[in-house]
Amino acid sequence: MMKIAIASGKGGTGKTTIATNLAWVVGASGRKVQYLDCDVEEPNGHIFLKPTIEKTRVVTVDVPEVDSDKCTGCGECGRICRYSAIIHIRDSNVLIFEQLCHSCGGCLRVCLADAISWKPLAIGDIETGKAGDVGFVHGRLRIGQVRTPSLIGEVKRCIQADSLAIIDVPPGTSCPVVEALRGVDFVLLVTEPTPFGLNDLKLAVGLVREMGLAFAVAVNRCGIGNDAVEKYCRGENIDIILRLPDDRRIAEAYSSGQMIADVLTEHREKFSELHEFINGASAKM
Amino acid sequence: MKIAITSMGESLDSKVDPRFGRAAFFLVGDTETMDFSAIRNENVSAGGGAGTSSAKTVIDSGAEAVVTGNCGPNAERTLSAAGVKLYVGVTGTVAEAIDLFRNGKLEEAEGPNVQSHSGTGN
Amino acid sequence: MKEIVVISGKGGTGKTSIVASFAALADSAVLADCDVDAADLHLVLEPNIRQTHDFSGGKQAGIITAKCFGCGRCEEVCNFGAVSLTGPGNDVVEKTYTIDPISCEGCGVCVEFCPVDAIEFKDVVNGQWFVSDTRFGPMVHAQLGIAQENSGKLVSLIRKEARRIAEEQGRDMIIVDGSPGIGCPVIASISGADLVLVVTEPTLSGQHDLDRVIELTAHFGIPTAVCINKHDINSQITEAIEGQACDKGLSLVGRIDYDQAVTKAQVAAKSVVEYSNNNVKKQIVSVWESALRILNNKREQK
Repeated sequence: MMKIAIASGKGGTGKTTIATNLAWVVGASGRKVQYLDCDVEEPNGHIFLKPTIEKTRVVTVDVPEVDSDKCTGCGECGRICRYSAIIHIRDSNVLIFEQLCHSCGGCLRVCLADAISWKPLAIGDIETGKAGDVGFVHGRLRIGQVRTPSLIGEVKRCIQADSLAIIDVPPGTSCPVVEALRGVDFVLLVTEPTPFGLNDLKLAVGLVREMGLAFAVAVNRCGIGNDAVEKYCRGENIDIILRLPDDRRIAEAYSSGQMIADVLTEHREKFSELHEFINGASAKM
Repeated sequence: MKIAITSMGESLDSKVDPRFGRAAFFLVGDTETMDFSAIRNENVSAGGGAGTSSAKTVIDSGAEAVVTGNCGPNAERTLSAAGVKLYVGVTGTVAEAIDLFRNGKLEEAEGPNVQSHSGTGN
Repeated sequence: MKEIVVISGKGGTGKTSIVASFAALADSAVLADCDVDAADLHLVLEPNIRQTHDFSGGKQAGIITAKCFGCGRCEEVCNFGAVSLTGPGNDVVEKTYTIDPISCEGCGVCVEFCPVDAIEFKDVVNGQWFVSDTRFGPMVHAQLGIAQENSGKLVSLIRKEARRIAEEQGRDMIIVDGSPGIGCPVIASISGADLVLVVTEPTLSGQHDLDRVIELTAHFGIPTAVCINKHDINSQITEAIEGQACDKGLSLVGRIDYDQAVTKAQVAAKSVVEYSNNNVKKQIVSVWESALRILNNKREQK
């Protein structure tokens, strides 16, 4: 089934609003759908979808552990580590700094005495459940942890082959975003018709083009700002497949965690149209 | 005793660098002979792990004590594992710091005095 | 010298608009845009770039096609799935190995294990950083390349350069547009700062993210103030956030109205305090003055 990512160059453009409402409308149409919140530093989709969580699991990454009985004190582990996460002091005195480790496995491979093995380090949690007809998955990075892409990879492993997957991507264009976008079939880039919105859209377009992904644009809060986003998209031959108006009631609904598709029924049609568009696109696949 | 002082420059007149992991230089030498030499800290612009790798640099220099402004938990753990004494909160010039050390005016730190990443912004 | 860092757990809360106004209100400041992933401050401050420098965030492995004989050891030792047998052929083999720069984490393990030294390990240029002049004083900012890693190193570099300029020119304030989120870049944005100002909005998402961000500033022991933008969207949540901030011992520095003038100022490439004379201007000025009071009190205590 199709995997659709909802992304934006900057935060606060309405990415989560669009992702959750789309999932909601698709679910209501009877089609099997999953919403996966990959914005693991600030997961917010649950506020709107209000899922019942059925399962929680801890996500770990592998970090090295040294058996000091086997260690010969050669210092190879400390030499190969590019992240200063393993420091050989002298003899068999080896210190490991789990937070700095990238799990490259270099130390395990160079250890001549086979004294290093993996042990798990908890970096975050994944919760799965149901929000009405929508399958719900989100990851939550633990405070002080920095292995964001590893956790995102795990969230995406929850994608079920028989569901349409709607992936809420973290904002920006850095490595967590790349991880969230990897392997998706289609990206919807959400922006606002403002100078900041345009600037950040250009960065996001650069990224999805670099990754060779099919994409289109959604413009939120139409009516504020100026028409520079529309002009840019025309000039670059980018389709704008969703326009949501600037409506204070949308902001108010959002503020209290309500779904637009529920409380502002006149906008529900927009998400159904978006769903149609996706159906059309997936029929072509 | 052989000690290492974090320094903004290469001479004894330089100011003590308040950061440990991202100190510009370590001035390492013997407090008896006052023969000090500067080691440029390659970890100033490291992506991460500056504290642990700087501690390793100091340990490998043979210093038995470190005199600095601030030291985070990773560096502190590394130094302490090697039995290197740590003196924090020191300001002024390197020469003044050595003087304080020789006269027993510095108090050994009981742990890190700042959080990780403290030196990244300064 | 004092350094104030403006952050917001989630994006789109008006953080950069507030930073631009602070820039206009400060007497003698250096500005630093540490939101390097989505740098927008330059759109309002229109900097004149004086210096451009390359930024290298780390190393990356690359296979020298001519030397590769296709043994596959690199693919076997790479824990990031960055190596594949998709490179061009050479005199020896039909296909060579190649490394996907987006997946490579720069660990260097393949370089270590390649039996024929066919892998280079070079500094990668991830972007540029700039020292510029603006109508409000010097500014340090950056542009990352597409899909480049922001490990916090670039953020640290920008803050360090801003501090250097402030010392050199005798400026007494650094105003930082911080990174979003709670990961590495934001940690690098706030560590060691004198005051963090969190700009939030009265939404359940804003409240949720604020919780995570203040947990982080508490973790690093940095004095934190909270300002609620677009407070009139939801007065109930505004009050809840303020109550919660008070309970945690944070300073409240004001409320700002939901006002179209903020977007209009942005379109006109002006800060709000330059563009508008209405209530929202007064509110931003008051937030700035409250932040200054906190910074000055802190000075007296020291």
